[in-house]
Amino acid sequence: MTPPADTAPVAVVAFAQTVHRRRTDELSETEMLMPVLHEVLAATGLRTADIGFTCSGSSDYLAGRAFSFTLALDGVGAWPPISESHVETDGAWAFYEAWVKLLTGETDTALVYAYGTSSAGDLRDVLSRQLDPYYTAPLWPDSIALAALQARALIDAGHTTGPALAAIAARSRADAAANPYAQLRGAVTHGDPLVHPLHTGDCPPVGDGAAALVLAAGDRARELCARPAWITGADHRTEAHALGVRDLTDSPSTRHAARRAGAFDRPLDLAELHAPFTSQEVVLRRALDLDERVRVNPSGGALAANPVMAAGLVRIGEAAAAIHRGEADRALAHATSGPCLQQNLVTVLEGEA
Amino acid sequence: MSKEPVAVVGVGQTVHTAARRDVSIAGLVREAALRALADAELTWADIDAVVIGKAPDFFEGVMMPELYLADALGAVGKPLMRVHTAGSVGGSTALVAAQLVAARIHPTVLTLAFEKQSESNAMWGLSLPVPFQQPLLAGAGGFFAPHVRAYIRRSGAPATTGTLVAYKDRLNALKNPYAHLHEHGLTLEKVRSSPMLWDPVRYSETCPSSDGACAMVLTGRAGAARAPRPPAWLHGGAMRSEPTLFAGKDFVSPRAGRDCAADVYRQAGITDPRREIDAAELYVPFSWYEPMWLENLGFAAEGEGWKLTESGATALDGELPVNPSGGVLSTNPIGASGMIRFAEAAQQVRGAAGEHQIDGARRALGHAYGGGSQFFAMWVVGTEPPAR
Repeated sequence: MTPPADTAPVAVVAFAQTVHRRRTDELSETEMLMPVLHEVLAATGLRTADIGFTCSGSSDYLAGRAFSFTLALDGVGAWPPISESHVETDGAWAFYEAWVKLLTGETDTALVYAYGTSSAGDLRDVLSRQLDPYYTAPLWPDSIALAALQARALIDAGHTTGPALAAIAARSRADAAANPYAQLRGAVTHGDPLVHPLHTGDCPPVGDGAAALVLAAGDRARELCARPAWITGADHRTEAHALGVRDLTDSPSTRHAARRAGAFDRPLDLAELHAPFTSQEVVLRRALDLDERVRVNPSGGALAANPVMAAGLVRIGEAAAAIHRGEADRALAHATSGPCLQQNLVTVLEGEA
Repeated sequence: MSKEPVAVVGVGQTVHTAARRDVSIAGLVREAALRALADAELTWADIDAVVIGKAPDFFEGVMMPELYLADALGAVGKPLMRVHTAGSVGGSTALVAAQLVAARIHPTVLTLAFEKQSESNAMWGLSLPVPFQQPLLAGAGGFFAPHVRAYIRRSGAPATTGTLVAYKDRLNALKNPYAHLHEHGLTLEKVRSSPMLWDPVRYSETCPSSDGACAMVLTGRAGAARAPRPPAWLHGGAMRSEPTLFAGKDFVSPRAGRDCAADVYRQAGITDPRREIDAAELYVPFSWYEPMWLENLGFAAEGEGWKLTESGATALDGELPVNPSGGVLSTNPIGASGMIRFAEAAQQVRGAAGEHQIDGARRALGHAYGGGSQFFAMWVVGTEPPAR
């Protein structure tokens, strides 16, 4: 929603991410995270002890062990003890928790981070463990097969075509050529059929990576950043889990969240969409009524780098960074969780003129 | 700028037992949620957002189970958030939900925490090998026993204090119909002669593995005014974390716990917790953690916690009743255990704790901790709205 009128506005004041890579065998999660934390704090001149609230997002199932986030906390340097929390999902929801915390006025700075090491297991199998454990997960339907069902439904409904999907992939990877952090950059072929109707080029790379943001409220944000990316609204919504009861060609939860976040109040000039599959960009563009005037995923999006559990937070960071640089004035960032866009989060960021 | 005051207007928990084979995970969480809604006399339509917590996903073998539980929790079309802060998660989850109300993002929020340990094997879930890290030393008891020994050595406590706590909490649990363990005929002698598991922690001084869930309905001033039963008002809430292992860490009395308590007391205007708090639900999975936490939380001076326990002050009829519900020692669905502490504290000040009600309880503390004694979450609730 849009924040109550009597609260100090909150902004993203710094963003950092890793170079996203296929494997990071030589690094622990803590080691992968530490340079990103140092970079985002250095950008504001803050130290861990100066931060009022810290929140992170990750998933034990990617790391393959329980409590993986407890050791990542060591990278933060939580001494003296810090006010801290963790969500077992994409870091975009950690961002949301931190935003709410700042809106209560209890503190005026927050550190948000997220990481994922998809290379520790077989991601397609791992993500199948998200499904209903009694009726669906025992069948091991994998994430690409589920996305293919969605793509098939879109094509059958006349919302897209195979060549249109290929064009989304080509545009994303061409844009990623200018993104030094992206895993797949430049001219990447559309590839071979993977799960009909998806080709390899319609699917995200599997990779490891981390990202971090600093949030600040009111005057603190102006002190820490020349052009803060003010969060003028944020909301997230969930849909039913079973694919059979959803219209896979639509994303009512994205539209609902965007409306509550104020996304439709004025024109946008940039949107970072968390669409790991080309077909999901089609769904999200329709849900958000994005026309050709809105630049979508200039970073290359999740098709160029998809560090699972961090990719949604990266969207918020990329949108904020575009505002910091003066390349956008009003941007939308979207994050998703669950099979076929089950949960969706939308935030709207604005720079001051 | 003012925050919205937060009230607990509905509480529900499941019957806890070693294996709830009569329900799925969805059925389990729904049982607690429906009880909380019934207590608040609300329906699913009155709920604006759902905040759910549980301990590691490996305990049930379901990755991010909130996705599959969206339908069972009436969350379709609503915001659904998932919190995970190890053993403190039940408390952290309630605090995240409370912030949604305090920030005036949502008027009424359902918060719920669960664990269905019988779906998988918690010992396996905790024992996956990690390179360059010490093994987990035969489960949580193996990790915590050396810290209990350090406490005994440091404080000079007699070897029997822990058994007093276990005996007291298991007797209290007989008054709580939702508790997992109902040990009729238990005697102090039986506790003292139970097998030694991790010296000095005996079998009867150890929490069980439970299936169960706990839910609360949180709302603001307007919601509280419509509530059919007395609300519990939030007077202070905080979380603190510190690293797992480092040279300066005090495992007996972690600084994160002391700092967290100090923050909560500051918010609640409490200067003498021993006198100003009428009941405490502390996360005591192994009996010795009662005297240890009494010190960490400022109820007793350093080295004096065991004396408070031995004096009988923490008994149901003592001056500072600790774990009148029977506590974690009697019921431990890990991810829900922290929320049960928070909810039981709320029930005490609502006068709704049933047979284990403390007469005239006006302010109560709910406490949770997790990881290697590194994550803390606490709240203080009271019968009156906060003065601020």
